Amino acid sequence: MRRIRQLAWLLLGVVALSSLGAGLWAPADYAMQFREAPNSPPSHEHLLGTDDLGRDRFSRVLYGTRISLLMAPLAALLSTLLATLVGGVAGYLGGWCERAAMGATDLFLSMPWLFLLLAVRAMLPLNVAPTTSVAVTFLLLGVLGWAASARVLCAGVRGLRNSEFVLQARASGLHGWRLLAVHVLPNLKPVLLAQFWIAIPVFIITEANLGILGLGVSEPLPSWGSLLREMESFASFGFEAWKLVPLVLLVLVVSSFQIVLSRDEVAA
Amino acid sequence: MRRRAIGVVLSLMFALVAAFGQSGGELKFFVHSDPKTFDPLAVVDDASETIRYLTGGVLLRVNRRTQQAEPELATAWTIARDGRSITFNLRDHIYYSDGSPFSAEDVAYTMQRLMDPALHSPTGDSFRSGSGAVHTKVDSATRVTITFPEPVAGLDKLFDQVAIVSSHSNNKERAALGPFYIADYKPDSYVLLRRNPNYWRRDAAGRQLPYLDSVRLGIQPNRDIEMMSFRRGEIDLINWLDSEYFERLAAQSPGLVHDAGPGLDSEQMWFNQAPNAPIPAYKRAWFRSTNFRRAVSAAINRADLSRVVYGGHAQPAAGPVSPANHFWFNARLRAPAYDPSGALRILQQEGFRLQGTTLLDREGHAVEFSIITNAGNKPRERMATMVQQDLGKIGINVHVVTLDFASLLDRITGSYNYEGALLGMANTDLDPNEQMNLWLSSADNHQWNPRQKSPETAWEAEIDRLMKEQAASLEPVTRKACFDRVQEIAVEQQPFIFLVYKNALSAVSATVANASPVVLRPQTYWNIETLSLRVQTASKH
Repeated sequence: MRRIRQLAWLLLGVVALSSLGAGLWAPADYAMQFREAPNSPPSHEHLLGTDDLGRDRFSRVLYGTRISLLMAPLAALLSTLLATLVGGVAGYLGGWCERAAMGATDLFLSMPWLFLLLAVRAMLPLNVAPTTSVAVTFLLLGVLGWAASARVLCAGVRGLRNSEFVLQARASGLHGWRLLAVHVLPNLKPVLLAQFWIAIPVFIITEANLGILGLGVSEPLPSWGSLLREMESFASFGFEAWKLVPLVLLVLVVSSFQIVLSRDEVAA
Repeated sequence: MRRRAIGVVLSLMFALVAAFGQSGGELKFFVHSDPKTFDPLAVVDDASETIRYLTGGVLLRVNRRTQQAEPELATAWTIARDGRSITFNLRDHIYYSDGSPFSAEDVAYTMQRLMDPALHSPTGDSFRSGSGAVHTKVDSATRVTITFPEPVAGLDKLFDQVAIVSSHSNNKERAALGPFYIADYKPDSYVLLRRNPNYWRRDAAGRQLPYLDSVRLGIQPNRDIEMMSFRRGEIDLINWLDSEYFERLAAQSPGLVHDAGPGLDSEQMWFNQAPNAPIPAYKRAWFRSTNFRRAVSAAINRADLSRVVYGGHAQPAAGPVSPANHFWFNARLRAPAYDPSGALRILQQEGFRLQGTTLLDREGHAVEFSIITNAGNKPRERMATMVQQDLGKIGINVHVVTLDFASLLDRITGSYNYEGALLGMANTDLDPNEQMNLWLSSADNHQWNPRQKSPETAWEAEIDRLMKEQAASLEPVTRKACFDRVQEIAVEQQPFIFLVYKNALSAVSATVANASPVVLRPQTYWNIETLSLRVQTASKH
């Protein structure tokens, strides 16, 4: 297990370094269209071949990884913070406050987000730079993705609230935010981390789906989501295995995070 | 000697079978939704149109290969000099699939129903030429005259879409005069058409057509599944393929795919010139500048769009009519040459200047705009991204925005809150009258500046005049001259920047004999009567 964990760390390190240094070792600009060679297979010039427009897939994977690895965790962090705020306060206070917060959470979960997102997109200005579109997309994901986690966290805090060590702390005179910060939240760490890591691949996939609706990262900027869109047509799946690289990378990175996380959880 | 004679006879029999196809069998292909109606006069969707084509008997049929009208239920027809009436001589001894006889009364009944405003028939709308009723006079059982309130240009070919319905059959929608009749329908699953036992047409050897026993139209909205079903041999043809699927299929089975050349459909982009559009005045000034539009047009590499986005299965577009439309295509027009340097020169004449890698207008505004297109349409998304790079070379910063179709339509037709758009034009009819709603400045679909009270530019006024003149004229030569000029103005002024004409791509199984795909709809089964299925030892391909 230790060796696997080391491998996970190594992989995460390599992926992070590769993407951060994309400008140094990417063989081409991510937007450069080699129009004489669209959809070409892997070669010396293009290690992972080219996409539909002749853009170097390897370069796009490097730049896309940078964006997704940076933005998806940020969005996951935002949604986990919101979930902690709503779920934590509701679970800690209990009573009418918990009922009201969970009622609001249920309402939030039942909203037709797809249509609301479409409405949001329709309201956004059209002349938006690709970098802004990335920020807007992941901000929306972070703001809208807290509700399911909030329910889990509320249940967790409720359990801790009634635990013996919290009762003892309370009997010792510890109350309010201090009790929450010192005794409750630290014990929620495994749940919080799990919610955080789960949210990352979910947001990456959601970003890909939003792209189909016109809400994702806009061209020509790559992201794992836009790279995964190459696999939309399953008729093309079996012929060009190198198109699976973004998916394989996503699975490896998320798995590595989970492996690393499991150690952290044990430590916690 | 005797053996040799038997051999010769057998060879001749095989040759005859090969020449005329084999009778029997069931042709299978997919439509992409349930038919909205079985009433051939109320057709509004592709699936219903397919059923109308396969089951409906028409007075005349536009031959999809020659694009000329040919006799069907009418043996001959005459259009009056004033263009207001048409007289048909009908075939005798024709029967519907249910055994009821066909007569001129049925034509009168069909026209009465077709023109009934309550039916809201799109086919009927093509015949509306002015206020007043359409009169049908039955001269005899085999002769009928239809009179319209005003002249109708291209009148005869409009009857290609009019399936004659029975005036006295108990099941009017299903009593068919075409090669098949509707035998069964299971929603979300299939429509089964069986051979019309009373179909009138015979082949050269005197055998009754169609050769096929039945046609099964599976209902399958998913194109991936359609492709896989074809590859497994579960369906016999795909009427329309996109270039990506075409290439994949061609790589495996090159003999099964057909590229019939440029079709009628075009892809184009345009700028929003509407005066009430919520866009900055300086941008509206760019978009209203003919030279700006010409420069943008010249900076787009159409050959690359055709080759990269469509894998070579598209042609650079010149104007609104593709070469697929034999009569109305203006052969003098050429697609603008890719010339970024020329584009910059034109822009400099207009006061634009290149500062570093950014193009600035006369007032110092960086030239930057967005192009909207519909999300999920890969070819359009790719074209927009290529246009983005092409225009980047002359310093124009383009933002590609993909929107869901409802939002896109709202911006284009409702709020006018957009700058540029990239969409396609699906042409189903050859006649330019079908494009009146596009070219008249007062029309809703005059996309770049719709619903003008009076033409805002001289060239739009000229287009209005020419379109009305061609619609009022009954002389094909006059009409052609008018519409040729409309096409020339469109190319000179570039209100639409036409990008490519998409090729008509289809796939037909090796089991189907006599298939000869064409560019006009329905591309693969336009000659359904003479299609047949070969017996194959291995049905998979």
